[in-house]
Amino acid sequence: MTSELIVFLVLSLVAIAAALGMVFSRNAVYSALFLVLNFTTVAIFYLLLGAPFIAMSQITVYAGAIMVLFLFVIMLLGVESLAPSKSLPWQKPLAFSLAVILVAESVYLLASRVQPNMMVTAPGIAVNSMDNLREMAMTMFNQFLLPFEVTSVLLLVAMVGAIVLTNREKVGRK
Amino acid sequence: MDWTLWVEWIVKGFVLCLILLTGFAYLTLYERRALARMQIRVGPNRAGYQGLLQPIADAVKLIFKEELTPAKVYKVVFVLAPVLTVVPSLVLAAVIPLGTSFTFFGRVITLYVANLNVGVLYLTSIASIAVYGIVLAGWSSNNKYAMLGGIRASAQMISYELSLGLCFAIAIVMSNSMNLVDIVNAQKGMWFAVIQPVGALIFLIVTLAEVNRAPFDMPEAEQELTAGFHSEYSGMKFALFFMAEYQKMIVICMISATLFFGGYREFWFLKDTFLSVDRYWFLAPIYLLLKVVVLLFFMIWIRATWPRIRYDRLMAFGWKVLLPLSLVVLFITAAGILLEQELHNSIYFYSIPILSIICAMVAVVFIYRDLRRKSNGRV
Repeated sequence: MTSELIVFLVLSLVAIAAALGMVFSRNAVYSALFLVLNFTTVAIFYLLLGAPFIAMSQITVYAGAIMVLFLFVIMLLGVESLAPSKSLPWQKPLAFSLAVILVAESVYLLASRVQPNMMVTAPGIAVNSMDNLREMAMTMFNQFLLPFEVTSVLLLVAMVGAIVLTNREKVGRK
Repeated sequence: MDWTLWVEWIVKGFVLCLILLTGFAYLTLYERRALARMQIRVGPNRAGYQGLLQPIADAVKLIFKEELTPAKVYKVVFVLAPVLTVVPSLVLAAVIPLGTSFTFFGRVITLYVANLNVGVLYLTSIASIAVYGIVLAGWSSNNKYAMLGGIRASAQMISYELSLGLCFAIAIVMSNSMNLVDIVNAQKGMWFAVIQPVGALIFLIVTLAEVNRAPFDMPEAEQELTAGFHSEYSGMKFALFFMAEYQKMIVICMISATLFFGGYREFWFLKDTFLSVDRYWFLAPIYLLLKVVVLLFFMIWIRATWPRIRYDRLMAFGWKVLLPLSLVVLFITAAGILLEQELHNSIYFYSIPILSIICAMVAVVFIYRDLRRKSNGRV
């Protein structure tokens, strides 16, 4: 347990540092890279919890596919470094009040729900076996088939929307 | 945890890295000699017998070369990019089984570093990480040519990753497992390349694009982009990119061998003879090495004989031909296996290769007609 605890502490420090770096770096490419680092640490958290499938999907989907597209767009648009722009006047107060609400909510939940000796433990070895993967697929495609399909339709709609929006000019000219 | 286990892991990882590094060194020699033969030249034959010491001479030269860092590069990323390119190419090999197992002082030693039950997913995730090194090298060089090369490389790798994933899925469906050891053992009776030749062919084409090899080496097209994403790199940093490319070639040939050509197993018709890996464990790495050498030869052969494909055609080929074709082939494979299991009639199983080959022929006809239309009937 102790070695796992050490790994967890180090990883969480890295994750928090990466998140802060993402928010505060002035260069968009560095921000994206910090976000990749953050996603990778989250994937390792999943590994620690005995869920290799989720960990690998996390890396493939988020760190691999989505962030590469982000980088791509940042580089193609050439908006690597942002000039210190003027923010809208109501933006800062709104952000602060939302942040305060979020912190208050999470503190309340932590204080009310967590008992002193309650601890998240990693599930046993059984999770790691191949049966688990099979069981997960069975649950996903039997019990949750409709949400799964609806999600994929949602993604499709987003894609079609992007194509329609970028194609509008051409249609107008004809 | 048992300390001998740690020693075993460390030794295995070390040996694997050594194999890949030596493989990289001699692959450069292999490629240069083979290319020379095909172009009716001699090739490097001066250092050592038949040029066998040439890789060492090259390495010494690269180490002692001056290393330039241009003034306006993004320094941290510029240094990080070659590392980010090499590391995935090394760790990718960790899940590939090199053989069965042997007993060493009463201890059973398996010939793979890690036996993951999500081995195939591990491959896809590391392959998707591998894009970063190239993109970042192109961007951090602060050079338009390097940038264009990096963007081309990433666009190409992302586009071809879809078909790559579908080919992985074909192997998963046929072996009913994501574990690479299970995938190899499932090919004991018959290689997957025989049951699903089109899937194997798509996989070989896609891997060429994934490692940016000819005819898909647009990121490094020297007529247009000087040297592409590594234009600004010199000395050891350039050597790292070079190393990553060749190691990726080796690893990806290992993966192709594992997924479709029986991995470390012998030919399917030798399975009960004395040449079987079940009889002698040391035959397994030899079989894998032979398969990798043959597959690498195909890569070199293609480089020697085929011109580069134009960039828009490369993208069209990936999205309009390979992706639909691999989807259809995956569907045919899954449907064939399911129908055989449900109806207990092996005719469905044997219809898999026939139907897939018909689909591939239809795709070829479409490509031909498209090319003929575009070049006004001159093809």
